[in-house]
Amino acid sequence: MTIPTTASGNRGLQLEQGLIFEQNTPGMSGVDLPAVPKVADRLGDMKSTKNIGLPGMSEPDVVRHYTRLSQKNYSIDSGFYPLGSCTMKHNPRLNEKMARLPGFADIHPFQPVSTIQGALELIDTCAHWLKTLTGMTAVAMSPAAGAHGELCGLMCIKSAHEANGQGHRKTILVPESAHGTNPATAALCGYAVESIPANAEGRVDVAALRAHLRPEIAAVMITNPNTCGLFERDCIAIAEAVHEAGAYFYMDGANYNAIVARLRIADLGVDAMHINLHKTFSTPHGGGGPGAGPTVLSAKLAPFAPVPMVIKVGEGFDVEEHAGHGTATQSYGRMKGYHGQFGVFVRAVSYMMAMGGDGLKQASGDAVLNANYLLARLSEELTPAFEGPCMHEAVFDDRFLKGTGVTTLDIAKALIDEGVHPPTMYFPLVVHGALLMEPTETESKATLDGFIASLLHLARKAKSGTAEAEFKAAPMLSPRRRLDETKAARKPILRWLPSSDSNGTRQAAE
Amino acid sequence: MSETRFTKDHEWIKIEGKIGTVGITQFAQSQLGDIVFVEVPAAGKAVKSGGEAAVVESVKAASEVYSPVSGTVKEGNAALPDAPETVNQDPEGAGWFFKIEMSDAKELEGLMDKAAYDKYLAELA
Repeated sequence: MTIPTTASGNRGLQLEQGLIFEQNTPGMSGVDLPAVPKVADRLGDMKSTKNIGLPGMSEPDVVRHYTRLSQKNYSIDSGFYPLGSCTMKHNPRLNEKMARLPGFADIHPFQPVSTIQGALELIDTCAHWLKTLTGMTAVAMSPAAGAHGELCGLMCIKSAHEANGQGHRKTILVPESAHGTNPATAALCGYAVESIPANAEGRVDVAALRAHLRPEIAAVMITNPNTCGLFERDCIAIAEAVHEAGAYFYMDGANYNAIVARLRIADLGVDAMHINLHKTFSTPHGGGGPGAGPTVLSAKLAPFAPVPMVIKVGEGFDVEEHAGHGTATQSYGRMKGYHGQFGVFVRAVSYMMAMGGDGLKQASGDAVLNANYLLARLSEELTPAFEGPCMHEAVFDDRFLKGTGVTTLDIAKALIDEGVHPPTMYFPLVVHGALLMEPTETESKATLDGFIASLLHLARKAKSGTAEAEFKAAPMLSPRRRLDETKAARKPILRWLPSSDSNGTRQAAE
Repeated sequence: MSETRFTKDHEWIKIEGKIGTVGITQFAQSQLGDIVFVEVPAAGKAVKSGGEAAVVESVKAASEVYSPVSGTVKEGNAALPDAPETVNQDPEGAGWFFKIEMSDAKELEGLMDKAAYDKYLAELA
């Protein structure tokens, strides 16, 4: 059966929707305002001389436009979203309710400290639990995202080296499987980056790491659990070697959700680690953000933490705003306006309080259990990239597609027809044709079974050798068919421009 | 008289006197897929053998191009940034990345000739 072509371009209840500027009816307006009285303005030659080009539309058309666009969105609230390394998990509605309490939502960062004691206590409470869970000495709350937290950690490390006469250390070691943000952060801090190879098990090769350690190494950045979804078992040995060489140990905490409440980061010998509240502590992620990347610090790095810092003074709270003063004499300065992503802190504290220590421990356990369930069931047809159990992410390579003509990309596109957001593809780079999936603890067995059935079906179809053309045509049931990603990257159209057509009803994009 | 040598990271270097022309191999471009962005080094940049010299980005991944030898960059291929697809179409010809003046010809001894590289590829498969 082929899909019929419609006169409207709509596909059943999937409604086509042009750009809002393409729907312009000049003069149409949703509101009827009285004419502006003629008064002198003070704009002089700054006064606009031509129409600024807003489209004319009626209110019902505007409502339909944005409603239809919202219906094209695929989100964690509408379906399974196993995007590896991103931790797309449920955002509890209780968090949202707490964040909307007027005492949290309707305050301003410029208010006198005496009028926002509750908000400061909340930041302090969030900091307290992050320190307690990780066993670390201090936490910088202001970084606004994971990569911003990495930057915070490395700036603390750089400041510490400079304060200790070790400013000649100019190189950071990063494993091959690292998140791309690690080398980017190191480069932004002015460091050279050297990569350390992985061993056959997909973990850091400790012997290779030792061979790279020398007096110009400032720090080592390691993600644990790593990007291959594996726990770095040699973390303590790595930390000892790094410290012996006079360097610091930065742990990328993007995957902290797999180990939270199971081990204390401080016990691994870590000097700094960012925590993605939007991953581990269930605050919104992606376009629904903003994120937040509080960075926990060891006693050696704590003095260099950025301002502002909420501090306890007697029965109440104050904010240390200025580097070089009070409790922040050695602080490297400020990296974010105001107090950080306060609304995210409210959600994270709400989550921690609702879960409790036992709940957080169960969450990390269930995240790992769910990933291993995928790993075990999917191994029936797919090829796992590594032997043995995984942590919170299952990674497969493309050996199961060898000789079929079907690629990892084709499988991902066909999953869209199955109604699932595709997993992460071609990452980590050390796995050939990788499919990296992270189910998270919030998905039920029924949801996972549905996904497994879809993926096993696609794998069998690919292996049958008769469906290559069908795979290359996927997705067939989505609002848009396969996009020309190469052309989109080589010749991106980033801006809509009106055509020279003077009536403005028919517009062209550049 | 020119000769071409290869690295384990799938770069090639074609040597003519003291000048080497560097690019990525047919195998490298086939693994990367459609290349969408290329950054080549500026003339005068000093690079080390095995050090990062250029960047290549495909629809799948961003990668570094390492210099097979130490020396000074004489010229980056100015045509590539505007036509990155050249690397897919002619990786071992018009898709070259940069020309380098070698500081130590002995470094070439550590690189593979065509036969050794083909054998290396066969082992990877």
